[in-house]
Amino acid sequence: MAAPCFFSRLWRAALALLALGSLAASQIEDQAKQFFRSGHTNNWAVLVCTSRFWFNYRHVANTLSVYRSVKRLGIPDSHIVLMLADDMACNARNPKPATVFSHKNMELNVYGDDVEVDYRSYEVTVENFLRVLTGRIPPSTPRSKRLLSDDRSNILIYMTGHGGNGFLKFQDSEEITNIELADAFEQMWQKRRYNELLFIIDTCQGASMYERFYSPNIMALASSQVGEDSLSHQPDPAIGVHLMDRYTFYVLEFLEEINPASQTNMNDLFQVCPKSLCVSTPGHRTDLFQRDPKHVLITDFFGSVRKVEITTETLSLQRDSQITESSYKEDRMDEELMEPLKYAEQLPVAQIIHQKPKLKDWHPPGGFILGLWALIIMVFFKTYGIKHMKFIF
Amino acid sequence: MAAVGAAATHLDVVRGKRAALFFAAVAILLGLPLWWKTTETYRAPLPYSQISALNALQLRLMVPVTVVFTRDSIPLDDQEKLPFTVVHEREIPLKYKMKIKCRFQKAYRRALDHEEEALSSGSVHEAEAMLAELKEQAEGSLTVYVISEYSSLLPQDMMSYIGPERTAVVRGIMHREAFNIIGRRIIQIAQAMSLTEDVLAAALADHLPEDKWSSDKRRPLKSSLGYEITFSLLNPDPKSHDVHWDIEGAVQHYVWPFLNALSAAGNFSVDSQILYYAMLGVNPRFDPTSFSYYLPMHSLPHVINPVESRLGSSAASLYPVLNFLLYVPELAHSPLYIQDMDGAPVATNAFHSPRWGGIMVYNIDPKAYNASELPVRVEVDMVQVMEVFLAQLRLLFGIAQPQVPPKCLLSGPKNEGLMTWELDQLLWARSVENLATATTTLTSLAQLLGKISNIVIKDDVASEVYRAVAAVQKAAEELASGHLSSAFVASQEAVTSSERAFFDPSLLHLLYFPDDQKFAIYIPLFLPMAVPILLSLVKIFLEMHKSWRKPEKID
Repeated sequence: MAAPCFFSRLWRAALALLALGSLAASQIEDQAKQFFRSGHTNNWAVLVCTSRFWFNYRHVANTLSVYRSVKRLGIPDSHIVLMLADDMACNARNPKPATVFSHKNMELNVYGDDVEVDYRSYEVTVENFLRVLTGRIPPSTPRSKRLLSDDRSNILIYMTGHGGNGFLKFQDSEEITNIELADAFEQMWQKRRYNELLFIIDTCQGASMYERFYSPNIMALASSQVGEDSLSHQPDPAIGVHLMDRYTFYVLEFLEEINPASQTNMNDLFQVCPKSLCVSTPGHRTDLFQRDPKHVLITDFFGSVRKVEITTETLSLQRDSQITESSYKEDRMDEELMEPLKYAEQLPVAQIIHQKPKLKDWHPPGGFILGLWALIIMVFFKTYGIKHMKFIF
Repeated sequence: MAAVGAAATHLDVVRGKRAALFFAAVAILLGLPLWWKTTETYRAPLPYSQISALNALQLRLMVPVTVVFTRDSIPLDDQEKLPFTVVHEREIPLKYKMKIKCRFQKAYRRALDHEEEALSSGSVHEAEAMLAELKEQAEGSLTVYVISEYSSLLPQDMMSYIGPERTAVVRGIMHREAFNIIGRRIIQIAQAMSLTEDVLAAALADHLPEDKWSSDKRRPLKSSLGYEITFSLLNPDPKSHDVHWDIEGAVQHYVWPFLNALSAAGNFSVDSQILYYAMLGVNPRFDPTSFSYYLPMHSLPHVINPVESRLGSSAASLYPVLNFLLYVPELAHSPLYIQDMDGAPVATNAFHSPRWGGIMVYNIDPKAYNASELPVRVEVDMVQVMEVFLAQLRLLFGIAQPQVPPKCLLSGPKNEGLMTWELDQLLWARSVENLATATTTLTSLAQLLGKISNIVIKDDVASEVYRAVAAVQKAAEELASGHLSSAFVASQEAVTSSERAFFDPSLLHLLYFPDDQKFAIYIPLFLPMAVPILLSLVKIFLEMHKSWRKPEKID
């Protein structure tokens, strides 16, 4: 008689334990899921194309493709800093003006109708780029040209152009080195201007640019290793130039399949463009990143989802009966009293036209160093005379 | 002749050696230090020790509370002991490097005659009205009146009352331990009206590491010098709806009083706009049971981004912008409701996003369609709209519902929608947040200067840093002595100065001049000079070494 009682009690105890265990497990799972989520609340993107001239069409197309994907996945223009070093869409050599294509046979116009370029043409310099990243911008800069990120922002930085071992060329006249870039990221980290940073670079020997990073929470991808060249994808016979680089072409193909709700993670992005398709070997660096890449969603960096809450409370305000009557009167009064509008005196044009040219920084003349050498050697020989050479050397 | 010639060449050799040594001496002793000094990056001196001391700063937030006892509130022998002061100090357990202590300084005293009279009137509101006209209370301070246990000023079951100005009423007790018991009640009330752990945790939410993954409800607007508030009316279907809203009147009557009450927290500017043909980015779904359209909760985050680009908020000002959108749905999608997680329509039909703003959907009364033809003239009910928008504004600022202790009557809200002690709470939270931000900025700057040697610090940047450090120390002093408004002003100055110093454009002056490029520049200048000097030194040293050895060999 005792046995069935005992068994039923045991059975009940086992069930209770199981239920408790599953509850605890689901709680732990929830906590674990929360732990792997990124703690970011807003997204920013800094997209930089550093080359000018018509034959570098593909770099502008690269940048605009990433811009288009990022906008489609939800990052608004106010949170994107787009820097294009040259204007391809309105270039005199563009047979299809106002378009920038990324596929052969002109399938995809990445220029679109609502592109907002923040830094254009000669404004894309190393100094401006570093100022945008570190925030050390002159106070007169408008809001659209600033990176107003905070410590809960995930930032995507995409750079493309011509590069080499440890540097990236800007506008054919200056370079940014990997050390400067690493220092700029460190300055951002010290001021907590980012929560997590994804750095993508599509240039020759791109992996050299992320070698020197030392600030935490940075993940980097590059299109080629040191010593390799990144190749372009396909020329278009109508436009006459190469339209895109291989790496970015396959990244764009990958991103076209992502929508704001997808759960694809970074490991898939690392597989994009293997050596067979890309000829160069794409590389990535995740040792500075705290989370495991397989828990990092693509939309953590490329998309932007805001946190919203339902408003459940209201204030109670006293209804003021005077308002409704006066509003009708004001409406009628407004229609009668419409003043003719005119432009205010905006710019002193006469002063601008006759402006003096800006004083450039003084550089020593070119032969200065040669002259210095000559002077040193001349003084030296005069002091000692040629015959004393043997005592010195 | 040969001896003279030999002596002459020997003299020449000695002269040559001396000349070489002199060259070397000048180059090394004079030239090297001169070159080093003239090429180092200019760094004006900064108070590094003071900056590192700021990290270990102990913040003491003092709330001066005046406790007024009426005649029958406590036993007689306790009344003899008045007036005196009791201090209650407690450390707020936050995992932050700055220790924060909360100190309630209660000054007990007897009630004056006019106060006795006021507190024996019929209802609390009359009493308050009589007491309020007498004195202005300083920001951050509280006054608690202790009335008799059986007084009829409060409803019978209520032990205490929190008023809209900085006053509260508590029932006394005739007990031996009267002071202790009443003291505890007063602390509870005072905490609800000024500083709780939640308020400070929300203020420091960005600085506490573990809050990253917790609920995002605790994320009020960041402290800033001013705010820009934009009201937008979105009319996607002007063919069907001719929408009019008296925004100017509503702002004048409802919004400005609220913002004026908050004026201590920053400068506010308000503007409004009407956008036509502005759609939401999400298609609403049709609900056949109620013949209405609804937006499910998981699609709400996708609503904001497509419409944000049309709001023009970036052109408005450099201050943070709060957007409040009123959306009048199209005829094809009317009426439109927002559903919460359980699928029930939300009463306010509105939602908000922390640090961005709020959106409310305004459904038009279906009776308006019957009479007239399209477009229908719609007059927006601004009171209903403003009730929701002001509630959202309160939430966005972090002014939450207060945690009242049990059996406490909370007075109804004032006309402006903001109670005075809620403003005090905001100022406390903002001051602490400002101090945390300023300290972090200064510490980051000091660390950065240690790590990257190429950053230039000019004199005006250094003076900003000094000013910031002084302002932080002053703010901490003012907080410890209970002067809330001057502490808040000092903390704002600390933040402004520290941000100005950190983000000064001149700090980037020499950034792209790394060390390996410096070598490339200096080698062609110095190598032709250094090689002969070094080689001659080596030769001289070898000869001297040989001449020392020689005497040994002979012996």
